[in-house]
Amino acid sequence: MRIAGKLLGAGVSLGMIVVLGFLLFRVIPGDPVVSWARGRPVTPEMLASMRSSYGLDKPLFVQFLSYAGGLLHGDMGQSFSYNRPVLDVIGERVGPTLLLVGTSTVIAVILGLWLGIRSAWRRASTFDRVSTSVALALWSTPTFWLGMLLMIATGDLFPSRGMRDTDTAPDFVSQSLDVAHHLVLPSVTFVAVVYAQYQLVMRSSMLEEMHAPYLTTARAKGLRDDLVRRRHAVPNALLPAVTLVFLHLGLVVAGAITTETVFTWPGLGLLFYDALSGLDLPLLQGLLVVTAGAVVVMNLLADLLYGVLDPRVRAA
Amino acid sequence: MRAIALRFTAAVMAFTFTGSVPAVADGPVTLKVAIVQQIDSMNPFLAVFQSSTEIGRLMYDPLTTYAQDDQRVVEAVAAKWEPSPDKLTWTFTVPGGKKWSDGQPITSRDVAFTYNLMLTNETARTANGSYVANFESVTAPDEQTVVIKTKAPQVTMTALDVPIVPEHKWSSVSDLKNYRNEDFPVVGSGPFILTDHKPGEFIKLKANKDYWRGAPKYDELHFVYFKNSDAAVQALAKGEIDLVNRMAPAQFDSLQGKEGVERNKARGRRFNELLVNPGAQNKSGQFIGDGNPVLRDVRVRRAIAQSIDLESLVKRVSLGYAEIGTGIVPPVFEKYHWEPARRRAFDPAAARAALDAAGYPLRDGTRFSLRLMGRSGRAYDEQASEYIKTSLADVGIRAEVQLVSDDQLNQATTAATYDLAFSGWGANVDPDFILGLHTCAQRPGPDGTGGTTDSYFCDAEYDALYAQQLSEFDEARRIDLVKRMQERFYDQVPSVVLSYENALEAYRGDRFSRFPVQPANGGVIMAQNGVWGYYGAVPALAASSSGGVSGVVIGIAVVAVLVLVSGVLVARRRRVTAEERE
Repeated sequence: MRIAGKLLGAGVSLGMIVVLGFLLFRVIPGDPVVSWARGRPVTPEMLASMRSSYGLDKPLFVQFLSYAGGLLHGDMGQSFSYNRPVLDVIGERVGPTLLLVGTSTVIAVILGLWLGIRSAWRRASTFDRVSTSVALALWSTPTFWLGMLLMIATGDLFPSRGMRDTDTAPDFVSQSLDVAHHLVLPSVTFVAVVYAQYQLVMRSSMLEEMHAPYLTTARAKGLRDDLVRRRHAVPNALLPAVTLVFLHLGLVVAGAITTETVFTWPGLGLLFYDALSGLDLPLLQGLLVVTAGAVVVMNLLADLLYGVLDPRVRAA
Repeated sequence: MRAIALRFTAAVMAFTFTGSVPAVADGPVTLKVAIVQQIDSMNPFLAVFQSSTEIGRLMYDPLTTYAQDDQRVVEAVAAKWEPSPDKLTWTFTVPGGKKWSDGQPITSRDVAFTYNLMLTNETARTANGSYVANFESVTAPDEQTVVIKTKAPQVTMTALDVPIVPEHKWSSVSDLKNYRNEDFPVVGSGPFILTDHKPGEFIKLKANKDYWRGAPKYDELHFVYFKNSDAAVQALAKGEIDLVNRMAPAQFDSLQGKEGVERNKARGRRFNELLVNPGAQNKSGQFIGDGNPVLRDVRVRRAIAQSIDLESLVKRVSLGYAEIGTGIVPPVFEKYHWEPARRRAFDPAAARAALDAAGYPLRDGTRFSLRLMGRSGRAYDEQASEYIKTSLADVGIRAEVQLVSDDQLNQATTAATYDLAFSGWGANVDPDFILGLHTCAQRPGPDGTGGTTDSYFCDAEYDALYAQQLSEFDEARRIDLVKRMQERFYDQVPSVVLSYENALEAYRGDRFSRFPVQPANGGVIMAQNGVWGYYGAVPALAASSSGGVSGVVIGIAVVAVLVLVSGVLVARRRRVTAEERE
């Protein structure tokens, strides 16, 4: 029953995303056909035929119906600027984004949680003070600036763009190593900017548990400090952090628009940026549905997983 | 677990020591070029973006092209061309001996096929439809002759920038709209053959060794995509890429004295202008938009032009990397560029007097207010708007600066809801397009659509001259007409041409010793009207491919570090659990 309710809720959210996405991008001032024609010799006939081939000459309601109808059949329409099905264009960008943001999120979560636990445990120590202020400083650094700075500071060590070189040997090992090499700077940038939130959430929820009576009991049993922390404090403090991690897993698909733009990483974030500058409506709608859909699905998973992690939620 | 880790480490080590890294020093010579604009399509009938059309020209020759040194019309697919006495029929000769990259001969039938596809298929007109709008018919009476009949005399018949495609490949394409033209290697007629395209990453071409003008002097041409131009400049400085263009003045300056880097400050084909809404009307002559009516008075527009100091604008905003603006054809196209006998002098006192005389006296320090629109995020608009605001205030005009997004500005100029706005265009060797933009016919229809002008200039004298030059086949007389049009435009001030931007480019001089520029006098390497910059590039003697070894070694190092760290973690974990068990 609980699960059915959650599923229904997720369905309603998705429906609203489709409607909102359609309206939202049509409110943006501008005309895709004018953007397309800018700076080129075109005849008025060409403009009119472009408008009708995009379906922009029809009333908004009709446009929406045909869009929603297509969506039910898994058809997101044809991208204006790439002249290809939206699903194809998005499909080829999902891999690179998952690779970059996925790897970085895993590293950021592990690093953030570890630092959070340590600094809460040794609260007000030098380690706590230093690690918390470094995390806060990085958290407030603009991604764009940090990326450029890393690029300049590392000199020739790492490539400044993209996912691979054009002249790497085509075999799997060379390609993988080349991708790993290209992955370093963007993921370091991404991790540096986001890990602080995991650290801070973990730190504060650990602090709440620090003076709980069950820890005193554990210590009274003669357990080593390390074990008290790992076996008793951490599992209880982990719940808020898990919520945060799952919320961010949904955002993995949305990618890191700035990081991808700085390093020209060929993922969804870069695609979003390009689609927005060319006002490619079908592509924008498709991207919104895919990225917002991922958040909805991940939230649903987090909800369900909560029940597994914490029996109290199941009972409620 | 440990066994797997060991095996993986061993594999990495083996890879490192056997040195299976490709030896690049004696490998193919590659020219790597940064492009900052996305590729929309490799299908030349659909490709619209400047980046895609530039690559399209490397793959397919057009009918005729422009010479590298002085941009005169020269041979491409066709070697000879001749209009009939009534100028309605053009005969082009395609000489024998030219071949497609798959060895098939290039004939007049390929030319007729390409144009007829565009005449009969609306999709095929997507990118270059305007070139055939005036065509009546295209036929190929024999293998070497193409006959094009036009509905009206057309002076731009040797400026048809349409890639000619091989009939034997394209006649079987049934769904043109969804055809991506990525069956590598793509059969073409140009100096390079498309061999790979990874969207958002790169495009690879290899030299066409059988190109009829002669093979390029190096082996491969790679275009790598950069979204961030600062990163592209960094990559050039590091030697990751060999050629970059579209640099900002500050980026260009940052490369000064950099070892191995050569810079090219070229005269560009683009200009910046300030639109002055002259009372926008649609085709039926109804006023549209909400431009301030005072601007309908030409005396006010002239006074505005007079109050802006173009010289210091070039010096301060463009950091000297521009020329002072006059006519709408940039000086890089020397033949058609018009320079006034006496430039309108920067003279705030005269502007104030003219505004007084026109009946706009100062009241509380202001005569009237105008909105000044520009693109946010575009450095030129941001800086020049503040500068112009101060200049206008000096003559008693209050300017309210509004910096908006690209799309918002496009919408404002399309709907004529602006008073003053920044704009800019790129001109071509043939001035027809840039001149045609400002004719009455380019205004939107009564439904508000179909317009391409943003200046809303509609002037009987200008239009008459435009029609005359379009059918004037005597070059000297056409040049005179084109100059008179620019003079009229300058006098009526529907916009103030502020500056002609320099095109700022840089390349690795240690890897490529020479790039042909077009025109020979201060021209560009990239974004030419032709392929000379890429085609004629000469590798430096000891050139080797960039990137390569160090990259792979670092890749290995990164993986090794990851393996090491995870190994230590696993070991530690085991030790701890062992302790716990005790």
